[in-house]
Amino acid sequence: MQRIESINDFVVKFANVNGSGSASANELFAKAILRMGVPVSPRNIFPSNIQGLPTWYEVRVCEQGWLGRRGGIDLMVAMNPQTWDADLAEIEPGGYLFYDSTRPLPPSKFRDDITVIGMPLTEICNAVYSDARQRQLFKNIVYVGALSVLLEIEPEVIEKLFGEQYRGKEKLLASNVQALHLGRDFAREHLRAPLGIRVRRADKVGKRIFVDGNSAAALGCVYGGATVAAWYPITPSSSVAEAFQKYCAKFRVDPATGQNRYAIVQAEDEIASIGMVVGAGWNGARAFTATSGPGVSLMTEFIGLAYFAEIPVTIINVQRGGPSTGMPTRTQQADIISCAYASHGDTKHVLLFPQDPRECFDHAAAALDLADRLQTPVFVMTDLDIGMNQRLCDPFEWEEGRPYDRGKVMSAEELEAGKDFGRYKDVDGDGIPWRTLPGTHPTKGSYFTRGTTRDAYARYSERGPDYVYNVERLLRKFETAATLVPQPVLQPATNRTPLGVIYFGSTTPAMQEALEDLTASGIPIDAMRLRAFPFPDSVARFIEEHEAVFVVEQNRDAQLRSLLVNELDIDPARLIPVLHFDGTPITARFITRAVTEHVRGGARGLVGGRPPVVVPPIEAPGTEVAK
Amino acid sequence: MTYIAKPRLRHPTLETNKVGYTRRDYEGKISTLCAGCGHDSISAAIIQACWELDIEPHRVAKLSGIGCSSKTPDYFLGASHGFNTVHGRMPSVLTGANLANRDLLYLGVSGDGDSASIGLGQFAHAMRRGVRMAYIVENNGVYGLTKGQFSATADQGSKSKKGAINSDSAVDLVGMALQLGATYVGRAFSGNKAQLVPLIKGAITHGGAAFIDVISPCVAFNNHPGSTKSYDYVREHNEAVSRIDFISSRSEITAEYAPGEVVDVRQHDGSLLRLRSLHRSYDPTNRHAAMIYMQEHQARGEVVTGLLYVDPLATDLHTALNTSEQPLNAMDATQLCPGAGVLEKLNASLR
Repeated sequence: MQRIESINDFVVKFANVNGSGSASANELFAKAILRMGVPVSPRNIFPSNIQGLPTWYEVRVCEQGWLGRRGGIDLMVAMNPQTWDADLAEIEPGGYLFYDSTRPLPPSKFRDDITVIGMPLTEICNAVYSDARQRQLFKNIVYVGALSVLLEIEPEVIEKLFGEQYRGKEKLLASNVQALHLGRDFAREHLRAPLGIRVRRADKVGKRIFVDGNSAAALGCVYGGATVAAWYPITPSSSVAEAFQKYCAKFRVDPATGQNRYAIVQAEDEIASIGMVVGAGWNGARAFTATSGPGVSLMTEFIGLAYFAEIPVTIINVQRGGPSTGMPTRTQQADIISCAYASHGDTKHVLLFPQDPRECFDHAAAALDLADRLQTPVFVMTDLDIGMNQRLCDPFEWEEGRPYDRGKVMSAEELEAGKDFGRYKDVDGDGIPWRTLPGTHPTKGSYFTRGTTRDAYARYSERGPDYVYNVERLLRKFETAATLVPQPVLQPATNRTPLGVIYFGSTTPAMQEALEDLTASGIPIDAMRLRAFPFPDSVARFIEEHEAVFVVEQNRDAQLRSLLVNELDIDPARLIPVLHFDGTPITARFITRAVTEHVRGGARGLVGGRPPVVVPPIEAPGTEVAK
Repeated sequence: MTYIAKPRLRHPTLETNKVGYTRRDYEGKISTLCAGCGHDSISAAIIQACWELDIEPHRVAKLSGIGCSSKTPDYFLGASHGFNTVHGRMPSVLTGANLANRDLLYLGVSGDGDSASIGLGQFAHAMRRGVRMAYIVENNGVYGLTKGQFSATADQGSKSKKGAINSDSAVDLVGMALQLGATYVGRAFSGNKAQLVPLIKGAITHGGAAFIDVISPCVAFNNHPGSTKSYDYVREHNEAVSRIDFISSRSEITAEYAPGEVVDVRQHDGSLLRLRSLHRSYDPTNRHAAMIYMQEHQARGEVVTGLLYVDPLATDLHTALNTSEQPLNAMDATQLCPGAGVLEKLNASLR
């Protein structure tokens, strides 16, 4: 058997039982490697359940810096008997299995093309700890200790992390260090170490930070000046509001009075949360809500009102698997259409697509500016993969003194000076009218906001021409939006190519790796990463310039492709969907294989000679539940 | 109400209030409701109340949902910003608006269809949250805009104009408001301006969530024999617990009523609610007693009106959230953005 031999380039997966306290131990493992200067990208794969169901934590260690999921597992830490068979099957040939050998298993439960490492974790913990909860919790730290020997992770780094985590809690610190060394001592005495895969100190992390997208988006809202947040708990978005609360408590308390420069309300439902955001936006405060697909469904009536009545609203949509309750704790990019056209009637909404936590920060702040500038709802379309997983990304940056773009708000002085105020008049030709805030002036500038149609002076009107003026102006405003939103990022291939690829959001790290793999295998592709809807002109030009363009996205129905076809009037045959939608994050292997198969399938398929090909998922199913 | 626009000319001797406005300055657009609609009487009472309170019209934000009642904010306080939101969802929009700028006065106007059916949840949560507002339900027990269907406040056994009998029991918004924690709860009849105006004045100056249920007969669809929301029925069954005077903190006057019949309730802003109790035993500051009283009289088919409950020292959502005195919508980047230096430290903590 050929053992996998690799330094700083492998994938470890922990299979645990939800509620067993493994999350912090597994995170500790990932952070320790990161502290050794080796990039990691961990992913929580967890059930919609508090306790008992299977949960996984997958860590990709990659000195080269690829942060997408690779596919395949080199070392499985199998701590859940329920998922044993499926976990075992995922291990790459030549890979490693680490398991709790307290209870002997028959040989039929193993594979002969992998290296099996048994350690009697339960026995060890039972011997040392008398308390049942301690026996369970420290088992996780003991295996981290053993892995640190097997993979040559420096124990001092782990101890330092303990020190940071348990600052001021000396008893906890000591007991964790003890458990760590319990595992290390056993591994040194009884196991063959190191494995073929291992960690070596490097300097490949640089100034990058390690943070989850939800915290980053919350911080973006703090920096972007959001003062009102209304939300309703829903996975995977709840931690956006919770992080906003935490950051506000730290940075937004008036030092002189102890009073808060923010207001956060956990509403009774999603409808009320968006209603509060609409009210606050109407009254001139920067406001946002964070939700996920089912929340957006409930909010659509208000989103339509905000669009038509022209009220700034920011919605952070951390997408998950749909439709309906779908897969609440799995990831997808499947709300593109429902958000782009949310609500009845003719509506179009601005969507931003952050690629990582850094852009979650940037786009959250930008969304608040754009919502004020455009007086309309703006969605930040993140997803569970970015939102709830810590990701290595560029550090946050903020230009000192950057002002907020409050848009066209007419002041009392301007009204007093006789400036003509018609709430829905397009005085600047960009489709964006001026507004006044309640209470601005005793006699000028008041108007009545409503969801029914009106004339340019906000007077109720059912006249066709008034309606047409209004909705055509809204279209003009949407065209203006295309010039204000973050522009696409173009990445040309090294060689001239008739092929292009369009992708967005959390697909980015896997796509970056796939592009390099494809180039190496003789398929260079020009790439365009979309960062927003409406699509700027450069998107249509990019599609024009290529014979065929792959559109890579994580949903079943090729929603972005539909939006491109619909909005840019593109021949659908030019856009080849590459779709991944099993709830797990897309991998480089998946993209590479899908594109390669299509290209090798014959050039005729690329020029519109045959209908677009939907590539089915080729990874193992994402729901490896108990058998 | 008339469809003939009133002339813009103003008589030079029209009385002005302390802030220099006449009653006309508190009017809005011409009503498009049916002639004789109780809602127009409520609009008139709001106009009167705001004028008497010396409120600058533009310092009021008036918000509503959808329905006949919710159209009315267009018909008063023309110099105020108004917002006709979506069906039943006025409370959440008003909550957000209130959080954005605590310096304005918030008037929430709703109907029984709006608040007791689709918006029952939002009504309930605004009350329990203590959003500072005067929440006025113009309650006619019927859907007027869709021509005569029962609403959720229609009494069980009452008849529709077409003769249908309502088999569902009624939602009692006053009972709910009391139970949910509203700190000012009143009920009035749109045809009794003397009672309604001071009740509205008290609600506007109240420091927390104030709720007034105004029985407001629908002349087109619910003013017939068999209706329990008609003018005749309410006049015959009205049981007033109090007559109210509102006395602002700046113009307190001496009592002119016999001692023993007058209860003075000083609100947190210093203003005085003077209750001339018709029932000497009725204590409007006892929430529990108010609930029992209401239910007993309701069982006898009586419509209890007046100020039913008040907590004169009530606080609001801003107090609970410890929000800055300066309105949030007036803060700029220097007050809100922690700055680049803090971000550098945050970056360092994330490595």
